[in-house]
Amino acid sequence: MSDGTKGTGGPQGGGNGGTNGTGGVNAADGTKGPNGVNPDKDLNAQNLPGQRGDHGEVIDTRRGMFGASGGGDTSGYGGLVRSVRMPGATSRPYGGWFDEVADELEGALDEQGLVPENVIEKTVVDRGELTFHIEREYLPTVAKTLRDDPALRFELCTGVSGVHFPGDKGRELHAVYHLRSITHNRLIRLEVSAPDADPHVPSIVAVYPTNDWHERETYDFFGLVFDGHPALTRIMMPDDWQGFPQRKDYPLGGIPVEYKGAQIPAPDQRRSYT
Amino acid sequence: MSTSHATPRETTEGTVYTVTGGDWDEIAAAAARTDDERIVVNMGPQHPSTHGVLRLILEIDGETVTEARCGIGYLHTGIEKNLEYRTWTQGTTFVTRMDYLTPFFNETAYCLAVEKLLGITDEVPDRASVIRVMLMELNRLSSHLVAIATGGMELGATTIMIYGFRDRELILDIYELITGLRMNHAYIRPGGLAQDLPPGAVDQVREFVKKMRKNLPEYDKLATGNPVFKGRMQDVGYLDLAGCLATGATGQVLRSAGLPHDLRKTQPYCGYEHYDFEVPTADTCDSYGRFLIRLEEMRQSLRIVEQCLDRLAPGPVMVADKKIAWPAQLALGPDGLGNSLDHIKKIMGTSMEALIHHFKLVTEGFRVPPGQAYAAVESAKGELGVHAVSDGGTRPYRVHFRDPSFTNLQAMAAMCEGGQVADVIVAVASIDPVMGGVDR
Repeated sequence: MSDGTKGTGGPQGGGNGGTNGTGGVNAADGTKGPNGVNPDKDLNAQNLPGQRGDHGEVIDTRRGMFGASGGGDTSGYGGLVRSVRMPGATSRPYGGWFDEVADELEGALDEQGLVPENVIEKTVVDRGELTFHIEREYLPTVAKTLRDDPALRFELCTGVSGVHFPGDKGRELHAVYHLRSITHNRLIRLEVSAPDADPHVPSIVAVYPTNDWHERETYDFFGLVFDGHPALTRIMMPDDWQGFPQRKDYPLGGIPVEYKGAQIPAPDQRRSYT
Repeated sequence: MSTSHATPRETTEGTVYTVTGGDWDEIAAAAARTDDERIVVNMGPQHPSTHGVLRLILEIDGETVTEARCGIGYLHTGIEKNLEYRTWTQGTTFVTRMDYLTPFFNETAYCLAVEKLLGITDEVPDRASVIRVMLMELNRLSSHLVAIATGGMELGATTIMIYGFRDRELILDIYELITGLRMNHAYIRPGGLAQDLPPGAVDQVREFVKKMRKNLPEYDKLATGNPVFKGRMQDVGYLDLAGCLATGATGQVLRSAGLPHDLRKTQPYCGYEHYDFEVPTADTCDSYGRFLIRLEEMRQSLRIVEQCLDRLAPGPVMVADKKIAWPAQLALGPDGLGNSLDHIKKIMGTSMEALIHHFKLVTEGFRVPPGQAYAAVESAKGELGVHAVSDGGTRPYRVHFRDPSFTNLQAMAAMCEGGQVADVIVAVASIDPVMGGVDR
């Protein structure tokens, strides 16, 4: 409860018609209060700078505001400490066809002599989407099962998207896969994580050849090494490029520009509210 | 010849010729001298037939392509990274520049993802959704016209190119009237649209539909039954259904293999379930089938555009939530589009709260609850997916675009290997990759 002081409620909360706490699992029903959100009363409000309550999963802790770290604290916001929480694990029932997919997947893993609890780290249902967090070493097995099991049949993989969470210690790098079943008209998401110190995730090119370029792209930008990829080389950046540009610690670059007589700082040097 | 266009150079890999003109005589002569039939041809990234800055690396044996590879990345502009340093609303300005021939698809897909994160998908006004659908279908037409026009040009058919760009110009005029710009519109915003349709837009679109109905048969007359055109296109760029799903190809490539997979039908968004249209397919798995599908999709798009015009009912074009909706109505001023003077008068003269609200929303932006969302639309080229992640801040934490051109281009090797060198151009043109979308 140290996060989210009264000061943080000011910019967004309390006003007329603010977005009510429509994040998390509540998003689907879209209920809205007429008078916006009161951060002191609604502990689930998620559109505020500082979140309250203990829902979700902490992935980062932020200090201060406006993106300033050096210099004196003239704003009074410098002491602000707040946590960033992603939607946490969901317990059954997941609703709709989600339970059917989860049952089938767990059953199919069981048949292969795997313990589903060891393979599926957690299951998240958020905003009407189903996400399986998979232990990375089981990713190819899970992908193959999802593709081949007649009751699952996720034939189409739409590639992999990397996400870098420097504050999520031990699982900084995430690889997110979206699988589409044309047979059953369904879409699910798989998420695996790897620590910065050991950025390895098994490749699923053998299961979904389409991931060839996608994995190269994620390697190029995030430095995630996809073990077993036939030719993991850079795809967008020049071959001799140093560093992985879409990691959060990689600077955007840019130069200040003059506009109508004033110096406008480079985008990554401007005031930030996140 | 007095001046040589093909200068040889010795490297560790062998003799390298740099061809700058149309003179291949020296290369042919040099190849005839060696007993090694294997030649690696590097084509592009600056080449008029490779659809933008695409680099093709072809290993040829005589006229046969034994191996084909793509080199991409020459148009990488770091849009995904840049998005992380702008507000969610500013994001549309960037994503519209990805695949510059399908700007409205990029904008809509991005906005659908942001709206899903905000949980306001159902609150987007009907009028905004109808206009989004109308613009997307016009965009499908303009993109297909370029695909057919440049595809024809790459075969040496310049007439069809003139026709395609002539008709596309009519659509660009509509874009300009509605959004103010011919491309890079940033017209579709999270929560709705930047502004309502201007006076005269509906009439101009109706006029266009009428004109286009008359012009479309010209493509049939010019190309569909043309024996030379058919001879170049049929059985070229072959990729069957198993190949499509393995390489993740969607759009016309997938539908030319006979699978009527179209997200507008299977996972409707923006109210596509209310429109009456068909998903054309072919069973030839080749470039000609893809061409026919594009032609038929243009006819279907015209149907949808007409239905949009009939469905347009007066109403707002932005969500009612003042914490998300852009506070101003735009108006045309002496220096281009800007805030309407009425709005400025109100916030500067009468309401300090409104001024603060305006300032905060424009400079800081709105907060998006933490989490991730995936939104996909059937763009002119296939499944355009957006994976957006929020950390609860006013800027995207991560946005990834699954561009159909990027994924479909992977199928190039499967389509070209074993075929003729000249057919590579046809196969690539039938994928219709746009490098702005591939490289982002």
